[in-house]
Amino acid sequence: MFNSMLKTFDFNSWNTRGLMVTGAIMLALLFLGPTIFDLFTLLKVILFIAMAMLALSLAFIWGFGGILCFGQSAFFGLGGYVYAIGVINMGESTVPILLAIFIPAAFAMLLGYFMFYGRLNDVYLAVVTLAVTLILYAFIRSTSGEEWVIGKARLMGFNGISSIPDPNWPGFPDSLLWPDDKFYVAMALLILVYFGLRFLLRTHFGRVIVAIKENETRAELLGYDVRFYKMITFTIGGGIAGLAGFLLVTFNNFVNPDKFALALAAQIIMWVLIGGVGTLIGPMLGSLALLMLYNWLGTQNFAGWLNTYLVFGGIILLFVLAVPQGLQPTAQMLALRFLPWTRPTDEGGDSARNGAREGRAGD
Amino acid sequence: MPEMALGRGARVTDAARPILETRGLTMRFGGVVAVDNVDFSMAEGELRCLIGPNGAGKTTFFRCLTHQYKPTSGHVIYRGDDITGSHTHQIARRGIGIKTQVPSVFDGLDVRENIWLSARRYHSNRESNRVVDEILERIGLTGVANRLVGQLAHGERQGVELAIVLTGDPELILLDEPTAGMTHEEVHRTTEMIREINRTASLIVVEHDMQFIKAIANRVTVFNQGAILVEDTMDNVLKNQDVRDVYLGKREVA
Ligand SMILES: Nc1ncnc2c1ncn2[C@@H]1O[C@H](COP(=O)(O)OP(=O)(O)O)[C@@H](O)[C@H]1O
Ligand SMILES: [Mg+2]
Repeated sequence: MFNSMLKTFDFNSWNTRGLMVTGAIMLALLFLGPTIFDLFTLLKVILFIAMAMLALSLAFIWGFGGILCFGQSAFFGLGGYVYAIGVINMGESTVPILLAIFIPAAFAMLLGYFMFYGRLNDVYLAVVTLAVTLILYAFIRSTSGEEWVIGKARLMGFNGISSIPDPNWPGFPDSLLWPDDKFYVAMALLILVYFGLRFLLRTHFGRVIVAIKENETRAELLGYDVRFYKMITFTIGGGIAGLAGFLLVTFNNFVNPDKFALALAAQIIMWVLIGGVGTLIGPMLGSLALLMLYNWLGTQNFAGWLNTYLVFGGIILLFVLAVPQGLQPTAQMLALRFLPWTRPTDEGGDSARNGAREGRAGD
Repeated sequence: MPEMALGRGARVTDAARPILETRGLTMRFGGVVAVDNVDFSMAEGELRCLIGPNGAGKTTFFRCLTHQYKPTSGHVIYRGDDITGSHTHQIARRGIGIKTQVPSVFDGLDVRENIWLSARRYHSNRESNRVVDEILERIGLTGVANRLVGQLAHGERQGVELAIVLTGDPELILLDEPTAGMTHEEVHRTTEMIREINRTASLIVVEHDMQFIKAIANRVTVFNQGAILVEDTMDNVLKNQDVRDVYLGKREVA
C-alpha cells in the first residue's frame, strides 16, 4: 500500500505546515546555536552544516533532476581549494567565496555539457563523474613539490593546505569571523540554499526538471531541451557543492585531497539514499546521522574481527533494507497516518486528499 | 533532389504543398528493417489513417518522424524543410505533436501538472492556468484534475496524453492507437474530438478499429513489413486483395 504510488512532488500545495516547521527549527538553530553549544561543539556543527550543504547539492540534482552523480565530491573539494588558494592570495575572502561557488559551477557546466549533449547514459554518467573526482584526488595528491604554487599558495599535495585564513565580513578585510559568526553565516547559508531550492522547484524550471526525471521522452516531445535543463541542474548542484567546500574550510582552516576521495564520494550517495531520494531535508539529516554514527562507532571498542567500517557498513545496509524509502518519506508517511495535523492544508482549490498525497508531500 | 525540396509553383501549388513528406525513409534494427524506404506524403489539413498488422512499422515510422529514432537513411520534410537531423524538442517546437502508443505521460504528477507543463511551454504563467482549465474541460478531465496520472484508468491516461498534446497547439498531430483501451463511449467521444481537431490541424492516426477509421478518414495508408502496401480511400482499401491477404494471412483483426 505504501509502495503503490508515491506522488513524486506536490506542486500545488506548499505543504505550508511542513515548511513552517522546518523553517522554525532551522531559524531556532540559527539564533540559539551559539547559546546551546559550547565552542567545540559549535565548530563541529559547522562541519555538519558543510556536509548538510553537500548532501543538499546531491539531493537536488539526483532526487529532483534525476542525475545520479557519483562524484559530487569533485565540486566540494574544488570549492575548498579554490577558496583556500583565493584567500591566501588575496588576503580577503569575499571574492574567493564567490569563486568557490562559481568555479565549481562552471566546471560542472562544462562537464555537464559534454555528458548531456553527448547523451551519456546514466551508468556512464555515474562512472565519468566518479572518474573525475578520483582524477582530481590523484592530481592534488601529486602536488607536494615546491613547484606546485599558485601565487602565494602552495598546494602541498597529500598534506593539504593548512592555516587557511578565516573569512572576513565583506568589505572589511580586517574584521574576521569569530566562531559564532562562522556558525551564523554557515547556518544562514544553509537556510538560504534550502529555501532557494524549494523556491526553484516551484518555478517553471524546477517543474520541468522534475518532469524530465519522470519521463524524459515526454518532456522532449513537449519541446523541452532536456540536455539544457540537465546541464543547468548539474551546474547548480556544482555551485552548491562548491559553497559546501568553502564552509568546510571555515571549520578548521584546512583542506586536503581527501575531499575528492572515493570514501567521501560514496558517503554522499549514502546520505541521500538514507535521507530519501526526492527529498531535501532527509539527506541533510542523513548526513548528520551517518557522520555522528561514524564518529560514535570510532569511540567504541569492537571485539576481534569487528571493526568500525564493518559495523558502519552493516548498519547502513540494514537501514536501507528496512527503510528503503529513506528517512523523510517514511517519517512523512507515518506522520500523515498518525498525526492528522500534519496533513497538507488545502489551498487554492480542492486538492484531493487521496492516498497519493501520502508519501512525498513536498519538502 | 533539391528541386523537390523547393517545390516551387511549377510542380505543386502552395495549397497542395504537403505538410509532411518522407523520402526513402528507412529504419533498420540490426537485421530487421522496421521502416523500409518509405515515400510518404500528405497534404495540409488532411486526416490520414495508418493501418497495418502488428509489427508493420507504424510506431517506428512515427518515432522516425519525431526523431525519437534517428533514421538509418532517408529524409523527413516538414513544410518544405528537411527536419531529419532536428532534435525531438525542435521538431515539437515546429508544431508536430505525438500521442504515443503506450501513453507517455508524467505518472508521478497529477493531471493538472501534466497539462500545465505543456501549456507553460507556450504561454505565460497566468495564461497557462487558464489554458489548463480550458483543456481539462474540453477533454473531460476536470473531475480528475488533482489525481495522480499513474493512478488513472488506461482510457483516462490516454485522455491525459491527448490533452497534453493538444495543449501545445500542434499543426500536425500523430496519434498512435488513440482508442486502445477505451470504453465504447470514450471511443465515440474521441471520434468526435478527432474530427474537431482536424478543423485546425492535420493528423495521422494509427488505428485498428475499422468502424473508427470509416468514421474519420478519407485516405488510408496501409503499412506492411515496413513498406507502404496501398494508399487509397477506405472503401478501395477494403476491397484490395493485397490488404486482405496481409490481414487474413496473419489473422490480425484490423
Ligand atoms: N527499438 C527497437 N529495436 C529493435 N527492433 C525494433 C525496435 N522497435 C521496433 N522494432 C521492430 O520493428 C518492427 C516494427 O515495429 P513497430 O513499429 O512497433 O510496429 P507497429 O507499430 O506497426 O506494430 C517490429 O519487428 C519490431 O520488433
Ligand atoms: Mg505500434
